[in-house]
Formats: sequence, C-alpha cells, structure tokens
Amino acid sequence: MTPDNSTPMMQLLAPDGTYGVPAQYARYGEIIDSLGEDQLKTFYRDMARIRRFDIEAIALQRQGQLGLWVPAIGQEGAQIGSGYAVGPNDHIFPSYREHGVAITHGVELMSILKMMRGVNHGGWNPEETRYHLYSIVLGAQVLHAVGYAMGVKFDGRVGTGDKDSDLAVISYFGDGATAEGDVSESLLFAAVNEAPIVFFVQNNQWAISSPVEQLTKVPLYMRGSGFGVPGMRVDGNDVLACYAATKVHMDEAREGAGPFLIEALTYRIGAHTTSDDPSKYRDESEVEYWKARDPIMRFETFLRRQGVEDSFFEDVKQAGDELAADIREQTFALTTPPLENIFDFVYSESHPDIVQQRAWLKAYEESMGAHE
Amino acid sequence: MRMSSYKDMAIAKALNAGLQKAMQEDPKVLMFGEDVAQLGGVFRVTEGLHKEFGDSRVFNTPIAESGIIGTAIGLAMRGYRPVTEIQFDGFVFPAFNQITTQLAKLTSRSEGFLQMPVVIRIPYGGGIGAVEHHSESPEAYFAHTAGLRIVTPSNPNDAYWMIQEAIKSPDPVIIFEPKRRYWQKGPVNLDIPPMPLHSARLMREGTDVTLLAYGPMVTTALQAAELGAEEGVNIEVIDLRSLAPIDYPTLFASANKTGRVVIVHEAPTNVSISSEIAARIAENCFYSLEAPVLRVGGFDTPYPPAKLEEAYLPDADRILEAVDRSMAY
Repeated sequence: MTPDNSTPMMQLLAPDGTYGVPAQYARYGEIIDSLGEDQLKTFYRDMARIRRFDIEAIALQRQGQLGLWVPAIGQEGAQIGSGYAVGPNDHIFPSYREHGVAITHGVELMSILKMMRGVNHGGWNPEETRYHLYSIVLGAQVLHAVGYAMGVKFDGRVGTGDKDSDLAVISYFGDGATAEGDVSESLLFAAVNEAPIVFFVQNNQWAISSPVEQLTKVPLYMRGSGFGVPGMRVDGNDVLACYAATKVHMDEAREGAGPFLIEALTYRIGAHTTSDDPSKYRDESEVEYWKARDPIMRFETFLRRQGVEDSFFEDVKQAGDELAADIREQTFALTTPPLENIFDFVYSESHPDIVQQRAWLKAYEESMGAHE
Repeated sequence: MRMSSYKDMAIAKALNAGLQKAMQEDPKVLMFGEDVAQLGGVFRVTEGLHKEFGDSRVFNTPIAESGIIGTAIGLAMRGYRPVTEIQFDGFVFPAFNQITTQLAKLTSRSEGFLQMPVVIRIPYGGGIGAVEHHSESPEAYFAHTAGLRIVTPSNPNDAYWMIQEAIKSPDPVIIFEPKRRYWQKGPVNLDIPPMPLHSARLMREGTDVTLLAYGPMVTTALQAAELGAEEGVNIEVIDLRSLAPIDYPTLFASANKTGRVVIVHEAPTNVSISSEIAARIAENCFYSLEAPVLRVGGFDTPYPPAKLEEAYLPDADRILEAVDRSMAY
C-alpha cells in the first residue's frame, strides 16, 4: 500500500537521502544534531550487516540448514534506529523478527539461528543481554514488558534523575499483533500504572497475507490514545527518525512520563517467513514502490553527501560477506542436543514425573543400544 | 520439646494469615487481582493486606485476567514474587494463554535463566448457589500442562502453609481454593508446617477400600467414610493435596493395601485428575487390585444452574454407591 499522506509522520531523511527537520519535530532534530560521524556510520554498518545476515539465513533455510527463517528485510531502519536509542540499563521485549535490534545490544546472531534451526527455543540469558527471548504467540510478550516496567517503577528506578540508575522498557510488536487482546490490555495496564515503557509498533503493512487496512480502522499510532497512551508515527524506513523518536521517548519514560507508543511505518519486503508465498496476495509493483524507499539505500546516499568515502562502504560490504561465511560455517557445525536435555528446565525444583521419565528414557535408550 | 501454638481459623482466614506472613517475611511478595485491595477480594481472602502493605504491594488491577497473569510474568522477571487472584474459576480462561504458553514454559524456553515464582490463587468448585461461571473445577486443564505446579487445600492448616510454600516455590504454582469450604474452621499450627507441599495425606485409616479426594470433596469423603463405617465398610481416606505433581507413592501404598480405589472430585470425570490416577494405579498396582478403580465426579455437562447443583455434585451417597460397587467385585 502507499502511505496515507493525511496522517502526520515524522520523516527526517527523505527517500532521496535529503535530510531536513520540520519545525514541529525540532526536538527530535536536536538528537540527530548531537550524533557524530562514527555513530552515523554504525547505523549504516549494522543495517547492512543485518541485511546480509538475513539474506544468508534465507539461503541456509533453502538449503535445509534452518527449519524456518523470518526475514526482516526492509525493516532495518526501524530496528537499528530504535535499538541504538535503547539505553544501557533498559530492557527490550522483542517479538520474533527483531534481529536488527538484537545486534544493537550484543545478542549473538547464532543464538537466533540455533532457534530457527530447531536446536533450542532461544537459550540466551535475558538478564545479561536485557534483550528478552523471542515470543511467538503474538502480543504475549507485551504484557511481560509492561509487568517488567511496573516492577521497575516499584523499585523506584524511574524519574530519580540518576541517569546511571533509571531505566525503561521497550516492547516490539507488529501491526498484526495489535489485534490481540494482550496488546490492548498492555496499553491499559501501562497507562493506569504510569509504567516506564515505549511500545514500538513496526507497521510492516502485512500480517502474513492480511493487509493492515483489514486490521485497523484508525492509524496504529492512535491505538493507545483511548487507553491514555499518546503516540506518534515515524517513517520506519528512516533510521534517523526511528532513532530520534525512540531516544526522546525512552528518555522521557525513564524520567517518569509514563508510556508512549511509536508506530514505525515500514514495509516487509520479503515473505512473512520462508514458508510464505507473498505472490499469492500482493502485487510486485507494491514491493517495487517500497524498494525505492529502502532504509539502507537512502542512508547511503545521505552518508555519501556527508563526505563518507567509498572505502567505508566497501569495508562494510566485505565485513558482511565475512559475517555470512562465518555464520554459514557455524550453522553447519551446530549439533543437535541429546533428547534428555528436554527434562532439564521444565521445573526449577525436582519433579517426580520428570525424574521418572528421564530415567525411563535412559533405560530405553540403553536397551535399544544393547540390540545394535 | 518445642510447643506449637494452635489457632482455630476458617480456610479463608488461614489463607489470609499465610499471605500476611509471606508478605511480612519477603518484601518482594506482591498481591494483586480484581478487587483485592480495599475490599479484600470478593471472598475477603486478602482483607487487611492493602492497609498493612500499601498500594505498591497490594493493588487492584483492571478487569483483565490475561493482563493480570502477563504482568505477573514480567514482575517475576524483575525479581518479584507475584501472588495473583483470579476472582472465580470460570474467569481464568482469558488468562489460559498466558498461563499455558508463557508462564509454564519460560523456565524451559530460557534453559533455566528465568525462574517463574508466580502464584495464581483460584477459588473453585460449586455448592454456593452461584450463577454460571462461578462454580467450575478447571484443574485438569492446568494439570495437563508441563511446567505448572498445582495444589489445593482441604482444611485451614493446609491453607495456611500451602500458600506460604507456594509463594516460596521458584516454579509457578496454582492454588485452587475450595470456595464452599472457605468458612470451614479448624486448628492451624502456626509454627510447624504439616508436610511437604506436594505430599498426599492419610486422613483416615481403613482396610476395605481407599477413597481419594481433594479440595472441597475431602470433607464429603470423610462424611462418606463415617457413614460407611456404620454399614460395616472400613474406608481409608486420602487427601491428594497436590494435583501436579501427584504423590503416587502414598496412593499406591494405600491401593496395594486395600485393593480397592474410588476417586472423587467435583470436576467432570472425562479426561480428569481421576482418569490419570486410575491409569497410574492400573499400571502400578495391577496385581493388588480386587476391583477396577472407580470414579465419582460431576457429569460431562456444563455446570448446571444453582437449583440443580446439589444433585449434580458428588455427595456421601454417591460416593457410597461407588464404594458398594467396588466391594461387590
């Protein structure tokens, strides 16, 4: 779909790479003005890196190395921009497509590939990474994020003025998930508790085969207003707008302003997953329209105009190819854990049925082995 | 020798006292749900807690059960020990997804990085003359789900200790509270817990037939045993106390002794707690059994209107009818 131009949307970087700050978004522009060239280059490097990773993961799935892949191609601006605006104490509750956000907080990409290969359900330590586990039941994680944010408030870690101590929470979900009751309950619980949370909706305009127009009658940035959660729409393919909006509203949440909702209007260039076939439900012309608004391409144009040299882009490309080769090698080397591991963490404390079934499995496997 | 102090309390009051003690001992314990603050819950189980512990530890939530459990999960991730109240059994289903796909699985999903010390209190069962959705026994849905622990007190002493032990558990625990017995009084030992959380208890020794019951049906089973004694049948009664896990060694020992087992609960018998116990006893006590394991429960219908519930719910006569059938083998 082409965007509805009557809806206000913050865009700082136009699709042709022109940078400009409309007057009403001046405070967001100040955030961008404070960024140095290194930070801007990091945005580019990570957007390119996660796209290269994504392309390699699709190939790995096609070659049978992954059970499934969930591409985020086209959404790099929304993910890298917002991810870098999340502070060092903040907690992140992703859905299942936020690979770009993951790399902004040091989550090992192999952790995500392991899950998609089917060797675990996401075995990273969310306390250590502050990037919580992927959540596949739509909207479920948003309530966890709100509960976490309520706890942060109970802990007195909001609005103290101590920037090293205060923290906020960001929860990611998509346009499809906004239909879930859990998302509405999340907005309500966050509002009545004045919880320090930003709801970051990536509106990629397709919930598998359902266009967003079938899921909402009002723009999604307005979804929180009836609950008391203000919101804004940003151009999700503009990494600078996504960074600035998230930075401003995470800072405010940390300072005690309560919840806020950001709708990042982007586009899912690829399939919903590698099991999906978008040619059944959308026109290629629509995809072409959005490819011309690509977040990486426009940012490259911007950086080149800023004087960033060819060699930088060549280095990024080479680093991407090296990353791809590296994850390919690591994926091929992944081993399948023994079945008995499924018993390890069902409960934190001993449970007789688990003890018994583990023992049975061991005896069974030994008895089968004896017949070989 | 240490002297224990005893106090007579109703089950609701014992739960209240147990909650109060847990909240005094651990500042991370929170209590929230619908109408649990100033009102003290519709059954007054949380009465006085809001006054003692304040808004940030005892609070009313919006009327949204998924939200209650979903935010409890997030609070547990933040290091709290949330105790939640689902106002009535029939209202737990909006939270079913959060309980079964999230709460039950997060420790496993995270490979042990996360613990989920969340307690869900659910008043359950019939016999109070209520309207629809206020008299259900949904325990089997949850007992089927790996990752959850489920207990149900039948008396004030267990109520007092179970709630405290459930709160101390690092795993999620659902405590099904027998609402029609909330006002039943009994002695509570304030110093020494009766037994481990997941143990069954021998309530009445007998030799002829084993009667297994839990929650509100334990009182009914004991009545049946007294009546049975008058008719010359010596009935052993065991209170399961824990529905997940079930304390099978205690059950098997009794089944092996008497050779006859009758299981009673309010829930419909189809694919129920008693279905599982009957299968396990058949597997483990086959050569000791004198009769097939028989079951007494609700019918496989929606819970009936209040005027019919007295006839719908198992009573001493229905239990003794099954005991007679067992003895006839």
